[in-house]
Amino acid sequence: MSDKKLLLGNAAVARGLYEAGCRYVSSYPGTPSTEITEFAAQYDEIYAEWAPNEKVAFETALGAAIAGARAFTAMKHVGLNVAADPLFTASYTGVNGGFVIGVADDPAMHSSQNEQDSRHYAIAAKLPMLEPSDSTECLEFTKAAFELSEKFDTPVFVRLCTRVAHSQSITALSDREDVPMKDYVKNPAKFIMNPGNAVKRHPIVEQRSIDIAEYAATSALNRVEWGDKSVGIIASGASYLYAKEVFGNKASYLKLGIVNPLNAQMLKDFASQVEKLYVIEELDPVIETFCKANGIDCIGKSVLPVCGEFSQELIAKLLLDKENNVNSYEGNVPVRPPVMCPGCPHRGLFYVLKKLRLTVLGDIGCYTLGGAAPLTALDTTICMGASVSGLHGFNKVRPESVNKTVAVIGDSTFMHSGITGLTDIAYNRSVSTVLVLDNHITGMTGHQQNPCTGLTLKNVPVEPVKIEDVCTAVGIKRVRTVDPNDIKATETAIKEELAADEPSVIIVRRPCALLKKVNYGCKYSVEADSCKSCRLCMGIGCPAISFKEGKASIDATLCVGCGLCETMCNFGAIRKVQ
Amino acid sequence: MKSTTNIMIAGVGGQGSLLASRVLGALAISKGFDVKVSEVHGMSQRGGSVVTYVRYSDDKVASPVICRGEADYLLCFEQLEAARWIEYLKPDGVLVANTQKMLPMPVITGAAEYPEGIIEDIKAKGVKVIDLDALSLAAEAGSEKAVNIVLIGAFARFCEFSKEEVEACIKSCVPPKFLEINLKAFELGYNSAK
Repeated sequence: MSDKKLLLGNAAVARGLYEAGCRYVSSYPGTPSTEITEFAAQYDEIYAEWAPNEKVAFETALGAAIAGARAFTAMKHVGLNVAADPLFTASYTGVNGGFVIGVADDPAMHSSQNEQDSRHYAIAAKLPMLEPSDSTECLEFTKAAFELSEKFDTPVFVRLCTRVAHSQSITALSDREDVPMKDYVKNPAKFIMNPGNAVKRHPIVEQRSIDIAEYAATSALNRVEWGDKSVGIIASGASYLYAKEVFGNKASYLKLGIVNPLNAQMLKDFASQVEKLYVIEELDPVIETFCKANGIDCIGKSVLPVCGEFSQELIAKLLLDKENNVNSYEGNVPVRPPVMCPGCPHRGLFYVLKKLRLTVLGDIGCYTLGGAAPLTALDTTICMGASVSGLHGFNKVRPESVNKTVAVIGDSTFMHSGITGLTDIAYNRSVSTVLVLDNHITGMTGHQQNPCTGLTLKNVPVEPVKIEDVCTAVGIKRVRTVDPNDIKATETAIKEELAADEPSVIIVRRPCALLKKVNYGCKYSVEADSCKSCRLCMGIGCPAISFKEGKASIDATLCVGCGLCETMCNFGAIRKVQ
Repeated sequence: MKSTTNIMIAGVGGQGSLLASRVLGALAISKGFDVKVSEVHGMSQRGGSVVTYVRYSDDKVASPVICRGEADYLLCFEQLEAARWIEYLKPDGVLVANTQKMLPMPVITGAAEYPEGIIEDIKAKGVKVIDLDALSLAAEAGSEKAVNIVLIGAFARFCEFSKEEVEACIKSCVPPKFLEINLKAFELGYNSAK
């Protein structure tokens, strides 16, 4: 079979998994990597799941690989931080069935809290890393990664960036390869990484890096494209595409598909044949630093930025001083930041948090939007789980403010890494109040199931984890539930738990308004004659409500009928319609 | 030299610009072009300003993104987004603009003002503008969610593909139960763009 399709980069990685005979996929969602696992789940031949976090996902996939299957895990760049512990030791154990790790970086931080460059992990953990430029390469490199993994007995990275993961290009499809399970044979010297065994494995890892660097010089994953030799360009991933767009055949390219390890001789050979050498790479100067350490004269970050995303525009301007003629609009264009959706269940809670003037340690999810105007009710956002553990530390050193400080964390994030922080609160007795925002879904990444939702990735019904029971089990005695659209009850619950002299959890429960099962079956509108223009309804920051001619007005195309605004109005001006 | 055609779609998260880019991508592939479509997922989809790119060529398309001064067509789902992204349109490009206004949060909270006369200002600069009330036309077709297909209808009058080709592509991309509404939306968009 040979079929051509317009495929998203992430879908092409999933297709690569299918064609490579991969049997096992486990991941935690994270933009821009999420769809790899969603698409993989559409193949009946692949077992695919959402794990509670990236460390668990990584370890389950490694377990599957040790058992003899081709296995895969996907994560965003910051997810790799979570999975870093098993990563470094998996480098020592190596694999049995092939093991591939998909990691998606997010230059420009379209949907992330930092701009870290995952290539440093490949170097630090001494693992090969492939980097595709388009969907065809996403598919082909994923298959090649399994071959490399088994050939060199190593986990292999496939690194994407947002523009590769979320761009569609034409991709040729093939059939699935029949890859039988490898035998599992007990091998403690390889798989029990106690000091005695690990000491013997480390030199094997070092030799492996040398072997793969040698292989890189002849691999088709790296290629030279000769054009005009007055300019030479070393690039990979999306950077290669931008360079190609700008220079076309007016430059020669060393297009790197293997970004770790690098082969010094291959780079030197290329450099020796071109007059002026550019290294064009987004984020950190990884290739450039390697070139310079090996005596290769090149231009990189002295001209190109470390921060943000590249484009053909940026490269043309910085390297050729060329700019397009553009249209212009002189007026002031207000920014349009992302906001909580109309009907978002987080809105009522954040209104109360702001009203009570609390210090709010935040977490990763849609509720991070509670930091924006007009709610502005967040103090911190660090990483998955840091709200709960951060609150513990905050309260320990500021006991005078424990009744004014809370943590907010979503259901999926709580399962990811909130439970350990809560255990610390219970065990080491801080008088902390944690709010678990249970909207029955992993929201920001686009609606993925999690252990609390009662469904698996493949939509198999399961017994949901009960957040109440988890909190009780770790030692929290005060656990209660509240509906965030009942503003009065929410306020009361928060005040009471903050006043209590022991740790407590409030589960703030209402489903995401975007879930198909949520249908309020009505809309709200403002009766202008009754509106006293007090602007109280504006305080909840609903994008459906604005002021027109001095009165509140609800946009019927945006309103989903949650009714939160009705409870805000003291004059009965907001009424249910339909 | 063979050149690439660039279509940029700018809207507000939730307006269906992703589907529009997929329809246009499918259209270009059906005519044998090389195609790249670049999308935005995740955080910015939550009511934020969202842009997607469709690039096609009879040669290879390299970059997946469109930069300032490169777009042959700019399809804007909302007035303010037309102002925000007009720099991306080539000086002789075509702007297809929905006249709908969606107030961004800084305007709702009173921290900023929604500019008046955006479309007129852009026209006054000599830009070719096709403006239409796509929201009303979508409602007339049977669903306010069909704004994207109304705009594709307007685009169809000016693009290199025939009306029938675009229509056939919509049929292949839209779920059957919404097809009737979308074909009507397409027709209304096509007829209102002159």
